[in-house]
Amino acid sequence: MMNAFRRHIRENLWLALDTLRTHKFRSFLTILGVLIGTTTVIAVASIFAGLDQEVADAARDFGTRTLFIFKWDPGIHVGRLTREERLRTPLTYEDGMGLKEDCPDVEDVAVETFIWWGSPPVLKYRGSQVLHYNFVGATPSDFRVVNDSLSDGRLFTDVDDIHKRDVAVIGADIVSRLFPNEDPIGKQITVGSNTFKVVGTLGKRKAFPGDSGTDRVVKIPYHTFKKFYPNEKENFIVAMAFEGRLDEARDEVESVLRRRRHDKPNASDSFGISSAEALIHQFEQLIGTVVLVTLVISSIGLLVGGIGVMNIMLVSITERTREIGVRKAIGAHRSDITWQFLLEAMTLTGAGGILGILVGFGASFLIRALDVLPSAVPLWSVFVGFAVAVGIGLFFGLWPAIKASRLDPIVALRYE
Amino acid sequence: MGSQVAPALGRDVEGAAPSVIIKTEDLWKTYDMGAIQVNALCGVSFQIERGEYVAIMGPSGSGKSTLMNLIGCLDTPTRGEYWLNGRRVSELTDDELAYIRNKEIGFVFQTFNLLSRATALHNVELPLIYNGTPAAERRARAEEALRTVELGDRMEHKPNELSGGQRQRVAIARALVNRPSIILADEPTGNLDTATGDEIMALFDRLNASGNTIVLVTHEHDIAARARRIIHIRDGKVARDEKTGR
Repeated sequence: MMNAFRRHIRENLWLALDTLRTHKFRSFLTILGVLIGTTTVIAVASIFAGLDQEVADAARDFGTRTLFIFKWDPGIHVGRLTREERLRTPLTYEDGMGLKEDCPDVEDVAVETFIWWGSPPVLKYRGSQVLHYNFVGATPSDFRVVNDSLSDGRLFTDVDDIHKRDVAVIGADIVSRLFPNEDPIGKQITVGSNTFKVVGTLGKRKAFPGDSGTDRVVKIPYHTFKKFYPNEKENFIVAMAFEGRLDEARDEVESVLRRRRHDKPNASDSFGISSAEALIHQFEQLIGTVVLVTLVISSIGLLVGGIGVMNIMLVSITERTREIGVRKAIGAHRSDITWQFLLEAMTLTGAGGILGILVGFGASFLIRALDVLPSAVPLWSVFVGFAVAVGIGLFFGLWPAIKASRLDPIVALRYE
Repeated sequence: MGSQVAPALGRDVEGAAPSVIIKTEDLWKTYDMGAIQVNALCGVSFQIERGEYVAIMGPSGSGKSTLMNLIGCLDTPTRGEYWLNGRRVSELTDDELAYIRNKEIGFVFQTFNLLSRATALHNVELPLIYNGTPAAERRARAEEALRTVELGDRMEHKPNELSGGQRQRVAIARALVNRPSIILADEPTGNLDTATGDEIMALFDRLNASGNTIVLVTHEHDIAARARRIIHIRDGKVARDEKTGR
């Protein structure tokens, strides 16, 4: 069998391509299903690879040695919270400071607080206003811990924090919305009924896909925030581990917080710790499921395409019954005939696969060019797409090819 | 498969003297038509020697097509023995028969049966492809065969660019290219006008004169008369076996 394959691969490939040339339109219709299936695989893979890359970039932008700590698991949530989760008490400012004291592998800690219910107060500067933005009260260490960069002016300091000064540092998006044509430094912005002096502006950050809020941020000193909003209790703690000590820092944070929050020895943590890598991993698991579902759907397209291929191969074999008879009369073995039609089917679907890959590349390029979603065609999807396409030809071409090889030469030669 | 089949088919010296190419002994072919059994051949025995030019003649329904299928190794007999070039081929498998057809028999059909999408040269190369002849040798031998049938200047033409006579000559070149033991022609002039038919028959005469063994199956007296021996088949039996004196 393999002998026959090697012996005639060139001859059979030539034949298969010739059949494709002779029946261009028919072949095109036949491989349409395979083409669409492969395109879907490539396009879906490229979108998710692109999303994955962007999420990874955005998560790592916070620093790869940073731990995010909240009373619930930071990250993507699916489903409702349990009763135990709903009853958890907020993390406190003192918890944050305690981590800095008691965890030898934690280099620095930032505590962020925010308006827990509803949207933040309206942000205004002269005639312009911004409704949706992140309003954060942060310890001065925050800028360093979450890897913010200073674009202009200065960051607020411990002195600002201790004296509860009404100063603010604003994100790049706020700058472009409120101060399109002027220098924001030194200007007074109002948040609700309070006024803050802009002392600095932040550089652009890498955004999570679909999240426009990354640069739409107003940060004021932690204790200034507390002065105006004494009833806001929730705190988000960010801890930065020493280089290469992330795992150790995580363990220390966990045990210190368990002690501080009086978690029972057998109970699970009453808080959540996450990191850039954990967030990326969580996201990958989530899109892994989506990718799988999409692939199953597109494989239905491939299945339909495969049935079309089987159908056209049966037609082709009936049309060429005499040819098969002649080939057998002059000495073709069964395996020769089998391989001839098998290779023809595989060439057909392989061509569909190549076209599908090209169209998929085009689709991916368009998606990226139109800025709909991030997208990058991963190399594995090209190989998988092509292999699946050829595999479809092999699988659905097998029965027709064996059928052809079993034709009785006498009957085939007399076939009209 | 391919060449490794050959040793398994060792020459059966008992079966035939070296100069005998075809020997059949009491060949029967019975078709099972459900309720009744039809005997297409009822004990056919004859010998054909190397270099002979034999016509097998008979009206339709006489069993000559069945006999041709058996001689051409397209089918196996229900009973009886058949030796081709010293090999007992009456009980071979499909693949072994394919090997024998490739090596020992050159078919010429009434309807030419060329591959319409391939050039004359490629058509002639086909039997060599199936026995794994290297490309360069294949081409050389196919060109030589085409020159033998005087189509040296039509090698790159496709069948639809050739006349009926030329197509049949391509088919004869294809039959010759593997240097078979016999050339088996089934009504080779049936689809040709008389003048072209004569040309083809002249070509067979020439091939026979240069040593090829030819077996011609026909129902036409004029054509059969070109051979040097006629085996008449009637009702599945050899009715008469005569030399024509040519």
